[in-house]
Amino acid sequence: MRTGAGVADEALLDVRDLSVEFPTLRGTIHALQGVTFRLQRRETLGLAGETGCGKSVTALAVLRLISAPGRIRSGRIRFEGRDLLAASETEMRGIRGSQISMILQEPKMSLNPVIRVGDQVAETLLVHDRTLSRRAAREQAAAMLATLGIPDPRQIVRRYPHELSGGMAQRVMIGMMLVTRPKLLIADEPTSALDVTIQAQILELMKALTREIQTAVLLITHDLGVMAETCDRVAVMYAGRVVEQGPVVRVLKNPQHPYTQGLLKTIPNEAATDAPLFSIRGQVPSLLQPVIGCAFAPRCHQVMEACRHAAPPSYRMESDHQAACFLHRDRWPHG
Amino acid sequence: MTPTTTGRTLDSGEARRRRTEARWRYLADTFTLWRRNRLMVIGTAIILGLILVVLMAPFIAAQDPFEQVLGDRLLAPSAGHLFGTDGLGRDIFARVIYGARVTLTIALLVAAIGTPLGMLIGVVAGYLGGAVDEILMRLADVFLAFPRLILAIAFAAALGPGVENAVLAIAIAHWPSYARLARAETLNVKSNDYIQAMRVLGAGKVRIMASHIAPLCMSSIIVRMSLDMGTIILTAAGLGFLGLGAQPPVPEWGLMVSDGRQYLVDQWWVSTLPGMAILVVVMGFNLLGDGVRDVLDPRQRQA
Amino acid sequence: MVMTFFTSLVVPLDPLASLAGPQAPPETVERLRVLYGFDQPLYVQFGRYLTRLAQGDLGVSFQTSRPVLQDILTYFPATLELATFAIMVGIGIGIPLGVLSAVYKNRAIDQFCRVLSLIGVSTPVFWLGLVLLLVFYFKLGWLPEPGRLDIMLLEPPRVTGVLLVDSALARDWEVFADALKHLVLPASVLGLVGVAGISRITRSSMLEVLSQEYIKTARIKGLGEFLVITRHALRNALVPTVTVVGLTYGLLLEGSVLTETIFSWPGLGRYMATAFLTMDLNAIVGGTMFVALTFCIVNLAVDLAYAFLNPKITYTEP
Repeated sequence: MRTGAGVADEALLDVRDLSVEFPTLRGTIHALQGVTFRLQRRETLGLAGETGCGKSVTALAVLRLISAPGRIRSGRIRFEGRDLLAASETEMRGIRGSQISMILQEPKMSLNPVIRVGDQVAETLLVHDRTLSRRAAREQAAAMLATLGIPDPRQIVRRYPHELSGGMAQRVMIGMMLVTRPKLLIADEPTSALDVTIQAQILELMKALTREIQTAVLLITHDLGVMAETCDRVAVMYAGRVVEQGPVVRVLKNPQHPYTQGLLKTIPNEAATDAPLFSIRGQVPSLLQPVIGCAFAPRCHQVMEACRHAAPPSYRMESDHQAACFLHRDRWPHG
Repeated sequence: MTPTTTGRTLDSGEARRRRTEARWRYLADTFTLWRRNRLMVIGTAIILGLILVVLMAPFIAAQDPFEQVLGDRLLAPSAGHLFGTDGLGRDIFARVIYGARVTLTIALLVAAIGTPLGMLIGVVAGYLGGAVDEILMRLADVFLAFPRLILAIAFAAALGPGVENAVLAIAIAHWPSYARLARAETLNVKSNDYIQAMRVLGAGKVRIMASHIAPLCMSSIIVRMSLDMGTIILTAAGLGFLGLGAQPPVPEWGLMVSDGRQYLVDQWWVSTLPGMAILVVVMGFNLLGDGVRDVLDPRQRQA
Repeated sequence: MVMTFFTSLVVPLDPLASLAGPQAPPETVERLRVLYGFDQPLYVQFGRYLTRLAQGDLGVSFQTSRPVLQDILTYFPATLELATFAIMVGIGIGIPLGVLSAVYKNRAIDQFCRVLSLIGVSTPVFWLGLVLLLVFYFKLGWLPEPGRLDIMLLEPPRVTGVLLVDSALARDWEVFADALKHLVLPASVLGLVGVAGISRITRSSMLEVLSQEYIKTARIKGLGEFLVITRHALRNALVPTVTVVGLTYGLLLEGSVLTETIFSWPGLGRYMATAFLTMDLNAIVGGTMFVALTFCIVNLAVDLAYAFLNPKITYTEP
């Protein structure tokens, strides 16, 4: 769980000022408004935030799977120094599944119901290695399932997704996406649809496996507890922007952005069983209008006049901890 | 959805005004949706055109559709005879125009007889349940076991030729699907709190079925019906073609196509043009039906 | 079945009268009545019919003076041949069109397909048959005359009654080719009706499937769009299409009555049409029952195919 020192050139994934919009009948939804973050090799970065803040859209944008009429309006995505936004579709296809993979939230829905599970895992191998024989691919798939802790893999390989339990299905998904040993794994709420007991197992499994294969992980979640357990660093998103990022312990113990502070306050305190539950007043802004100023301003209890006029840049604090809030204007440099 | 009038209006004038406002808004929305959907507009245009033709027939058709001028047999389309003449010297254009009346009459009659019948049976079966339901639905099933046209042909053959019998035959083939639909809707609605409340208040079965359940089924029935109109017309034309529907000299389009068969090679217009009329009208109804379905469907499709 | 019998008997006021012609003297009508047993009370007639049915006897056709059962068996294969080809046309054109329509939603090809579909559903079958006959046979001479086979050619020995099969078995390739040519037009006409329905359901089913999560997964794996559609989407999308194909069969049975009349195709449809016109009771009853039976069998087959295609149905959830 060693963190990279944040040297720009070594970053595995470098996302800068990413903006994504979706035109609809009612207007354009500005899903991402200038998202910036960096992910190092072998690091696990958590992307946290409420539903609708743009986490999944970010993941899809990295893979260039934003479907029309949605589009990436501006920004830069660099993977291993390579500009992903300039790559051709063929090049992207080569990257998807072999360099960058993604596992989705609902494992049973994410597997094709009419194809056997083993074949689906083998498919990832076959797509990227034309020289591989079908039999060899199947062997590797079975081996992968064994590594994932699935009992009796030879038998399971012949099953259909609906015959598996949620936990098993998610293991298959993980296997399907890690069998090619990608450099980056994006995990979009991988455990949200699972029972609590299974959640822990799957997370452990993911941690162990990614460490072994040396895969970096971009973990998308709304569960702060999961983040604390598994991530090295974390980036908090709100209304299409990254509002705070840094080493997980620092951000959780000492949040510097009012939104993060509010989020952490909402976690019920086991000790104070009588105290009323805290919630951040106000509502998430509609993304139909591009936001002027800080997106959190209407709900912030420390809001200042400046917050309404311009979006605050990200101020760098110690140890690679950043927060986009004018409260830090005078103390820290922005970058 | 349009609120149903139960005859039990609230006294306050305010409530009445609000209701009217809501209705206007609903109509306005409907109109906007209608306008947006190009195909629906075309469909409506066609149907309105049809109605116009039907009403204005004597003025549009210069000739008498029944008049036989044997000297003028099988003339090609020309200025004097826009669609040419048929084997008995009758002006085809006039026959097509008047045929619109026949077609529309048949379609409306079938709808007027078959749909309410089906709805009645369906609602009763659904609401009363039990043995009544079983029997009625078995009956419907028997009818549904046959492809519709074949059933209509069977009944038309049994009843004998003629327009009235054709209407009856098609209506008989027509009602079971409406019964099914009405029954399904009734079952859906039956356990609504609203209906339970009515029962608690002591409303009798008939009253409940007639004033409350029936209107709730209306929208899906209307959708189905507008989509079905095309099929009804095609069935009627099919019967006419086979000689089981309208009889000569009635200018029914299907019958005209059949008459023209013998002249097909050289005088193609005798068969082709009436058939084209069928195509246009059925298409109009189908477009209209699709549009009605889109408008009444709560999940409006987004482009 | 019960209904058919009663309908044919009870509803018409006096079928014999119309059979014998309005000019027939009352004695003839009476005699025919006695001959056919119509003077017996209704339940006796029904009973007798049932017993005969149990023995496989559907009565004798009025018009052909042959046992109805034999007639049906003679004519059915021709209709089967026609219907099968029509379905193949329907599937062969309908499914690709539906898929393209869904993949390129709202673009030119989608609009085109929807219009085509609309026209297909709105066209009177008999009219289309006449028009195509006019154009392709009379004017252009590309396709042969109505009928199953050139009058000059001899039919091969009858094994199944399906010309294509029989001629292939007998290795009579000239007949085979000719029969094929004769099939083109009527099968196309009949099939076009099916194209509309099939393409429509394929389109909507495809659209539904394409919005599913596992399609996203396939793309994430790096599969090209073509493979995504053919390998992942299609298999799932075709399931409802199978049901529609079954329904289309019903439409085809109806359409065959009209199409066969136009193309002088010696099949069940034409047989039925003539039977209806001449009030050939036994033929009507027997034929209609047979049609209904076929319809039921097809529906059953569709249900089975559905269960086969969809593994979810054969297994129970854990």
